[in-house]
Amino acid sequence: MKEKDLILDLQDLYVRFEVEDGVVHAVNGLSLQIERGKTLGLVGETGAGKTTTALSLLRLVSEPPGVVECERLIVDGKDVMALSQKELESFRGNDIAMIFQDPMTALNPVFTVGDQIAETIAIHENISQTEAQKKAIDMLELVGIQGERADEYPHQFSGGMKQRVIIAIALACQPRLLIADEPTTALDVTIQAQVLNLMRELRDHYKTSMIMITHDLGIVAQICDEVAVVYAGNIVEYGTLQDIFNRTKHPYTEGLFNSLPNIRDRKAELNPIKGLMPDPTNLPQGCPFHPRCPYADEKCKEEQSVKWVSDTHYIRCIAYEREGFHIKLEEKR
Amino acid sequence: MLRYILKRFLMMIPVLLAVSFVVYFLMDLAPGDIVSSMAPADASEADIERMREELGLSGNIFERYTRYIGNLLRGDLGMSLSMKRPVINVFFERFPATLKLAFGSIFIALVISIPLGISAATNHRSWIDGTSMVLSMLGLSMPSFWLGLLLILGFSLKLGWLPSGGSGFFSAIILPAITLGAAQAGNLTRITRSSMLEVTRQDYLRTARAKGVAENVVIRKHALKNALIPIITVFGSTLGNALGGAVAIETVFSWPGVGRLTVAAINVRDMNLATGCIIMFTIFLTLTLLIVDIAYAFADPRIKAQYSR
Repeated sequence: MKEKDLILDLQDLYVRFEVEDGVVHAVNGLSLQIERGKTLGLVGETGAGKTTTALSLLRLVSEPPGVVECERLIVDGKDVMALSQKELESFRGNDIAMIFQDPMTALNPVFTVGDQIAETIAIHENISQTEAQKKAIDMLELVGIQGERADEYPHQFSGGMKQRVIIAIALACQPRLLIADEPTTALDVTIQAQVLNLMRELRDHYKTSMIMITHDLGIVAQICDEVAVVYAGNIVEYGTLQDIFNRTKHPYTEGLFNSLPNIRDRKAELNPIKGLMPDPTNLPQGCPFHPRCPYADEKCKEEQSVKWVSDTHYIRCIAYEREGFHIKLEEKR
Repeated sequence: MLRYILKRFLMMIPVLLAVSFVVYFLMDLAPGDIVSSMAPADASEADIERMREELGLSGNIFERYTRYIGNLLRGDLGMSLSMKRPVINVFFERFPATLKLAFGSIFIALVISIPLGISAATNHRSWIDGTSMVLSMLGLSMPSFWLGLLLILGFSLKLGWLPSGGSGFFSAIILPAITLGAAQAGNLTRITRSSMLEVTRQDYLRTARAKGVAENVVIRKHALKNALIPIITVFGSTLGNALGGAVAIETVFSWPGVGRLTVAAINVRDMNLATGCIIMFTIFLTLTLLIVDIAYAFADPRIKAQYSR
């Protein structure tokens, strides 16, 4: 691969949680690279390890019971695994910021929203409390909330407004890398569109690189440049937006597309992927998707390897070693 | 907020009426009255009847109670029958000592329990957690008069470091305050721990950490303020216990407070003094609970919003 200007270089991330009932293997050797200014979509079912991956980037996985290991974790040139506690504190919120899934619980109920935004600014910028408050009001207005509402508490805001506040907190110090963990999942559809538009505008305004975690392929299509499909703690298919949507290769990605409702044929039944995510305390041998995969054969139960389809597109699937193999999705189109 | 406080004050009236009713009638059920203990052995029936008349004890219980309530509503607690002085004066002579003991014990309880509860919660399932839970169980389950006696045995008799009773000098308050504070500390430690454990699981702490807030600030500022509501609730009842629990402790340490005064008044059947002391206690207790309720509003803006409605 040619040299790129990387904002994130993550190599072989393993996260496991050692709890009483056994060891939960949440992330299993995941590698990611994001070019500066690009937006990557991290797509997968609930429990695939998307949020754990994101928290690992901020070193926010609670250890113990969590154990985080990786070959390399470089964010904007900083070796995150080597940072001290103090350095981590100035790294979080300043170089990298995160928008959390549930705006209802992500804000502290006993502090005003203005204070909560100003706190980030006061930590990372060497300015007075009053200046931080003033900047907090500017941030509120930037996300479309009247500045005078800075003195109000989270319970006085609606869900969509709270998510705007959280976006304001995340962007207050203009981080290089923004992680959005299902930022619109908890919101209703009309508000989803507004929040998504706002995030896209602000991303372009600040030229922030972004990781968009979602299970909604519609959001991916709207906002991402590249997509990583995650299953059982590892990427099963990775490529540009075009690669994933128009040149789908992995049976799991195919399953995701097939399970979308068809808007032109409203009578058609939904076609979900059969079975459940494997138990992360007891992952199957070989390809973890093989118990649910319609194409799996004996070999899939034993091994799994990466296959590059093009310069930008790879899959973790050995079915393509078979003569003339292809998933069915292509034929339908 | 003001309307809420006013409402709470008005609610005190029925509470006080009920308390005075219960205490007055219970006292009447006790055998004997003050006249039988005051009158000389050779007093005639007529003498005793005249003494009752003078002390305002004539008539049946309903007549006496009605008279008492009439005076009470005018703010008059009457005269102490045994001391021949206004009840209110006798009460306030002894009240500072009780208050001093109550605050001393609360101070000790707070200083021990809040840090201990927080470190137990932040080091969940570690040895710190285990030790603090054993300590708080001990504090809770030891009868306070027994702990008091043990402390006297150890620190006064064997070591001779601290006085076993009395008042008037600072060292005298230490043992009674520890005795009274131990149970409260146990209670408050447990509630601080469980409340903090509840809060440390909340998403907004993760948000704070993701902002780059230092861990000790996350605990002290973001978590503790949210954990305060249950702590304040228990603290309120602790204040009540401190006032009430003083009765046994004041006896053990011969502390000249209201608790001992009340017990003495009951023993000599001084109706006015006993009822008066208990009514004053009730007033201070309801005031404390009101202050606690107001404190909620400062801890949690959502409750403040409810009060203003």
